Amino acid sequence: MSYRFVVNGNAVEVEVPGMRRLLDVLREDLALPGTKEGCGEGECGACSVILDGAVVDSCLVPVCQVDGAAVQTVEGLAGDLQLSDLQTAFLETGGAQCGICTPGMLMAAEAHLAAGIPVTDESIREAIAGNLCRCTGYTKIVEAIALAAERRRSPAS
Amino acid sequence: MTRMARAGNASTAAPPQVAAPASATVTGRVVPAIPLRREGPAKLTGIAEYTDDLVFPGAWFGATIRSSEPHARLVALDLDDGFDWSRVAVVTAADIPGPNIVSLIQDDQPILVPVGGEIRHQAEPLCLIAATDRSTLRAAKRHVRVRAERLPAVFDPLASTEEISHCDVGRGDIELGFAEADLVVEGTYRVGHQEQLYIENQAMIAVPHPDGGVTVHGSCQCPYYIHRALMRSLELSDAQAVVIQAETGGGFGGKEDYPSLIALHAALLARKVGKPVRMIYDRHEDLSATTKRHPAVVRHRTGVTLDGRLVAQEIDVVMDGGAYCTLSPVVLSRGVLHAAGPYRCPNVRVRGRTMATNTPPNGAFRGFGAPQVEFAVEMQVNRIAEALSISPLELRRRWAYREGDITPTGQVLRESVAAVEVLEAAAEASEFTRHAEQTRRAREARRPSARTASGIGLALGWHGAGFTGSGEVHIGSVAAVELTDTGIIRVLSAQTEMGQGTRTIFPQLVAAELGIEADEVQVAPQDTSIVPDSGPTVASRTAMVVGGLIVMAARRLRAHVESVSGKTFAESYRDFATEHGRLRVDERFTPYPNVEFNEQTYTGDAYPAFGWACAVAKVDVDLDTGEVTVRDVVSADDAGRIIHPVLAEGQVEGGTLQAVGYATIEEIKLVDGRYLNDRLATYLIPTALDAPRLHAVLVEKPFPGAPHGAKGIGELPMDVGAPAVVAAIHDAIGVWINDLPASPERVLAALTGAPPPRAPGLSAAAPQKGAA
Repeated sequence: MSYRFVVNGNAVEVEVPGMRRLLDVLREDLALPGTKEGCGEGECGACSVILDGAVVDSCLVPVCQVDGAAVQTVEGLAGDLQLSDLQTAFLETGGAQCGICTPGMLMAAEAHLAAGIPVTDESIREAIAGNLCRCTGYTKIVEAIALAAERRRSPAS
Repeated sequence: MTRMARAGNASTAAPPQVAAPASATVTGRVVPAIPLRREGPAKLTGIAEYTDDLVFPGAWFGATIRSSEPHARLVALDLDDGFDWSRVAVVTAADIPGPNIVSLIQDDQPILVPVGGEIRHQAEPLCLIAATDRSTLRAAKRHVRVRAERLPAVFDPLASTEEISHCDVGRGDIELGFAEADLVVEGTYRVGHQEQLYIENQAMIAVPHPDGGVTVHGSCQCPYYIHRALMRSLELSDAQAVVIQAETGGGFGGKEDYPSLIALHAALLARKVGKPVRMIYDRHEDLSATTKRHPAVVRHRTGVTLDGRLVAQEIDVVMDGGAYCTLSPVVLSRGVLHAAGPYRCPNVRVRGRTMATNTPPNGAFRGFGAPQVEFAVEMQVNRIAEALSISPLELRRRWAYREGDITPTGQVLRESVAAVEVLEAAAEASEFTRHAEQTRRAREARRPSARTASGIGLALGWHGAGFTGSGEVHIGSVAAVELTDTGIIRVLSAQTEMGQGTRTIFPQLVAAELGIEADEVQVAPQDTSIVPDSGPTVASRTAMVVGGLIVMAARRLRAHVESVSGKTFAESYRDFATEHGRLRVDERFTPYPNVEFNEQTYTGDAYPAFGWACAVAKVDVDLDTGEVTVRDVVSADDAGRIIHPVLAEGQVEGGTLQAVGYATIEEIKLVDGRYLNDRLATYLIPTALDAPRLHAVLVEKPFPGAPHGAKGIGELPMDVGAPAVVAAIHDAIGVWINDLPASPERVLAALTGAPPPRAPGLSAAAPQKGAA
């Protein structure tokens, strides 16, 4: 079967079985390995991507459900030469350590910041509750997301 | 929120006295800005290449066929006739050219159990298969039949008669000590397995060479462990066994020794197939088969006087090693050496044993034997404080080591002792005394109808920095700093980056010595064909030991360039490279001054220095469900001179949350020697919502023996988090929890007097066949 959708603003078409995991389509068919596999059963969130504005575990999404949709992955966050505000905040606060949860964490955070609701410590923790990190204790991740939210509110600072 | 405190008197805070060229200690040098994580942008944009991201055209996929019996004789491995095996490669023990052994401490663990050989645990590798695609591989796995004759299995380390190792230390006269005591307190504490749960599963890819050699790319902490294992069992020369670390998504000890086994498997398949072979574990296989923290049973008998002096400590430590030795003797010795806690006591006897059971082997995990015993001793000290009606903070103030005190091995703590500093820093940052008074009043006023209870608890700990005893002398690490002929400065070491920050702090250390910016210093890849063996990335030794080597190498490099050029290094190194070509300075480990350890008597300086830590936890306990919510943890940690505060805080925060998980929710249940909760849906670690607010307080008591004053920080916070949480539970509900984790079942049992659940780490027997 053939499926057409948009990844990071680019139209793509893949010829694969409909039940192939979006995770494998991204990593292997579209050569976008930034999205990681941590458990393959929707527990760790390492494979999180944004699908039509909502965070999903791409290991649980068959590609047939993505036909016609828009997918954002970590590869779409940065501009050509510079990190996004969220990535910069992670770099500055120490929100990434081993880095394997980072792409999924960034997508969950980006969806939360883009949702347009008030960002608080609690709301951040709720937004990333499906993304496991074993390195940081989450402290610096929460700080990073709060910092990015603050800078979006007052871009001058 | 974090804060920094500088501890120590003038003598210990003074710059270390090291014979060095005058230019290296020039005063008034501008302290360089703290750099951002070196590989941060690659990780944040998704371009960092972890093992499973590496593409090797034509690679096959490999898999491991494992035992499903805990103890058995392997009778046969049958390949179903009905399956097309022409597209599948099969490797058995018979294909191993050299010794069928995973090289580590003892030669006991086979790479694959041979037919006729002994299966010693449920996840034991028996044979390997590979195919060009995953679906053929999955189908082939179902068509391998294992025939085995079951043998009696042992799951209880206390019932096991097979000792893997033992270790005893002591000083003074224990009988005299107890004779002096007014009060003798006894306690038994049990802790279970804990999974490292790096988010990147174990992964190795082997690429065969035409000459029979192999290059292995993988997720690992110790490339040279793998290098030696490959050389020995595949009978390869040094140049034929190349190991290259890929970006590594967490290790925490779990990628110290197990990667050697996977690399051997991948290499055997790759040589058979003649193509690259990918061995990428899924989470289920990783949880089922790879090493865990050792379960332990720790018994304490402690003598104190009524005026609150500690006069005798008798401690018995039994660890469950699982089916093979792996690193157990070293885990045990670290456990024994830390078992008495950071407390002055004239009469101490610690006896330790690691026993074999028919469960998957246990291995390294952050803390390496210390978290188990430090939980036990901290609980014991809290009980004594209660018995003496002294605050747990005050009792520790009295007993904590000061400079000049003597440890159970007879080590005189001459310098860099910060037990009291971290204790006071954590007590102050958490307002321990005020909160403890509040929770006491609340507890006393609590009505039977109360549904929740709050508590605060404290724990003090120590962690020997670097290898135990003469370990560093034996391995004789070498690291280097090089000025290439194109004018590039790079650090050559085998120290791996797995999130802790090696790749960021090494350039910082070298740049500070050379008087240049950190971004002028590169780090050579962790490739055994390029970098020297600077030892494994374990034991919180990277910053202290290997960091010290590269500081010394950089000093010598600078002195040489400056003596030839007559200008500062920063001004002259590029021209020097053009004129004189490449210059590489290798530095080999030499023992720290006045550090001596006797391995025969197990006396002397067990560690060149210790790190010190104190955690204070605040919890809420649900009195209906027994569920514990950890709200807040302050951890004050002394790791000597801090090189990079943000990375150091990251170590403290992350280690503290792992300790909170250990204390509350992380438990592996076993049936018939098999891990029952071997998926992420059933083995739980804290999420962002479960995590308490974490506050890291960095205390700096430099280690003068290291040229840059650093000690280790990775493991320290892991030692104190769990006992602080369980002390807080006791403060809330007034009853002691002796086993980890303090799960709702254990808390409720303690509250109601109901029988506690099965001891942690102990396997249930196999269910009877035919039973419902």
